[in-house]
Amino acid sequence: MSDIIRRDPRAEWIARNRLHPLHAAMQPAQTRWMGPNGVLRKNVHGIGFIGPNGVKRIDRSGAQQGGAIKRSVSVDVQLPLHRIATPAFYIAVVPDMVGGRLSSHDRDLLGLAHGLAGNEGAVLAVIFGEHKETAFDTAGVDRLLILEGSAFSGYSPEQRVQGLRAVDNQFDPHHWLLPDSRNGGGELGRRFAASLGERPSTRVWQVAGEQCVGRAGAGTADLSRPVSRLILAQAECAEPVSETRHEALPVELSTAVARSLPRIEDLGAVAVDPALIPMSEAEFIFSGGNGVKDWPLFHRTAVALGATEGASRVAVDDGFMGRDRQVGASGTWVTARVYVAVGISGAIQHLQGIGACDKVVAINLDPTCDMIKRADLSVIGESAAILEALIEAVDTYRNGAKRDAA
Amino acid sequence: MDKSALHVISLVSVGAHPTSGRPRRAEQDARAVELGLQLAGDNLHVLHAGDAEEPALRGYLGMGVDELHVLAQPPGADALPGLADYIRESGVQLVLTGSQAETGEGSGMLPYLLAEKLGWPLVVGMAEVESMSNGTAQVLQALPRGQRRRLKVRLPFLATVDNSAPKPRQSAYGPAQRGLLDVEEIDVVIDEVFAGAELTPAKPRPKRLKVIKAKSGADRMKAATAKASGGGGQVLKGVTAQEGAAAILKLLVEEGVVR
Repeated sequence: MSDIIRRDPRAEWIARNRLHPLHAAMQPAQTRWMGPNGVLRKNVHGIGFIGPNGVKRIDRSGAQQGGAIKRSVSVDVQLPLHRIATPAFYIAVVPDMVGGRLSSHDRDLLGLAHGLAGNEGAVLAVIFGEHKETAFDTAGVDRLLILEGSAFSGYSPEQRVQGLRAVDNQFDPHHWLLPDSRNGGGELGRRFAASLGERPSTRVWQVAGEQCVGRAGAGTADLSRPVSRLILAQAECAEPVSETRHEALPVELSTAVARSLPRIEDLGAVAVDPALIPMSEAEFIFSGGNGVKDWPLFHRTAVALGATEGASRVAVDDGFMGRDRQVGASGTWVTARVYVAVGISGAIQHLQGIGACDKVVAINLDPTCDMIKRADLSVIGESAAILEALIEAVDTYRNGAKRDAA
Repeated sequence: MDKSALHVISLVSVGAHPTSGRPRRAEQDARAVELGLQLAGDNLHVLHAGDAEEPALRGYLGMGVDELHVLAQPPGADALPGLADYIRESGVQLVLTGSQAETGEGSGMLPYLLAEKLGWPLVVGMAEVESMSNGTAQVLQALPRGQRRRLKVRLPFLATVDNSAPKPRQSAYGPAQRGLLDVEEIDVVIDEVFAGAELTPAKPRPKRLKVIKAKSGADRMKAATAKASGGGGQVLKGVTAQEGAAAILKLLVEEGVVR
């Protein structure tokens, strides 16, 4: 809906015409009336409308017709497009893409690349395999190169180095930027550096002009040196791109990537006991609060899902869970990618504790609670029934997968 | 696994205490020695390139190693060529290192360069060796968030260990003093690039400020007072428990947390 306030001559005409069948609907909502005891009652909430800036406006001139017209408050600001038609050079970034999306570390890196590229260069993002990211344009990607193929799936560092070498041959980027993280970027960058025979700047946290500063030793010293071609940068090395929109034009490799004989074979993830994973670094947390009445069922669901258990303060205070399982301001600040909150209404202290979580799923009886506002998916209903159904659904999902494999 | 048939080299360096800065056995290298002792027992070969006079080196001898091999080098020399030659001639199946030095540049590049130079596969962040047979090893690799991945790798290979490897045993003073240091002189290659670099005490990194780029006063007010940002999520109301559970499971599978 457009946010421009327009006159509606037809509505005005109906509002004036008392004989029109729609006349009543076009009258302003009743704001004052005489109560049964002779007291004048006022409905102050019904007056006015929300203006284009999200501020409530009251028009007392009488020109306003009809009930409160809801105008959408959020205005999608179209950022200016940063267009690089013919790039003078490339700055290549290889984001981690944890869970198929750009992490905040990746965005910082793209911000750094945008700074290095200036107005002539283009930021080239190199992605392996499938992704779920939809916001490459606002993250600052000018050119997007997706290396597909079964050879790059799973853990395939040697093949990925071959892919990066092919990109290096074709685009010859001024700089290669990789996140110095444990999610694969630090390893891939070092393998690539060893393969190219170039000395990378590692653990860089600041790039200023021609110098970059990185941590050295066990983190107790800083090493300042000229910016090298390969940069392995830490999180928050630069501000992410926020003021421009980029093209994210797809580009392709002109040559096929050399196949290296894999010397390391990926046999897949190993089931780890989720209870042994420290809560602050668990990936998937299943958390219960005051709304959980059947705690044995809660524990069974956590086991079925393979999730680490968490709890709100109330559940811990009531003795249903240990103090070390408390999530929130006075407990643990968690970094889980997926957080399932069962019967947690979402006190502000709890919401602070899950601030870093990516996807939040809420199961709650109260559709107005704050957790529902935070959650990406909420199911309103009795938790016990939903948990039972969830255990059943997971079992059928796993059995179905087994039958497919057999 | 036959302990006597397996030959393992653990590369060790001199560490620095995080608070006092005093020399000590490096934490991750000690884990590499511990893993080597568990795998090979007496067949473990502990190798260091650097100053043989450093007393902190004896910390590794105190873990139950009889002998420590030292390739004597002045500080600032490049350890890579000497180590590569030594390992190539030794005929071992497995070389273990820590993932990053505690002194100097600490770029963590040495294992990668060594693997590249030897032409061996490299396993990063090895937590456990499950089995070795027929010239291949099955190992567990530590991933972030406490996860593990099973890899099959061809022998010989290089592996780095980090903090998910077994905790190192305590170093005993008596065996540390009795242990032998086998010093070998090698050609010195000076690391030209690093020689000019200057290490300064680490500056605390600036905290990132939350910048609110609001055009109007109403936006600024909203940014300052906004509680949970709502509206984006999908709310399923009035559905059966089965439908709700199916929707949740779909999201969990899409995110890859339910396998």
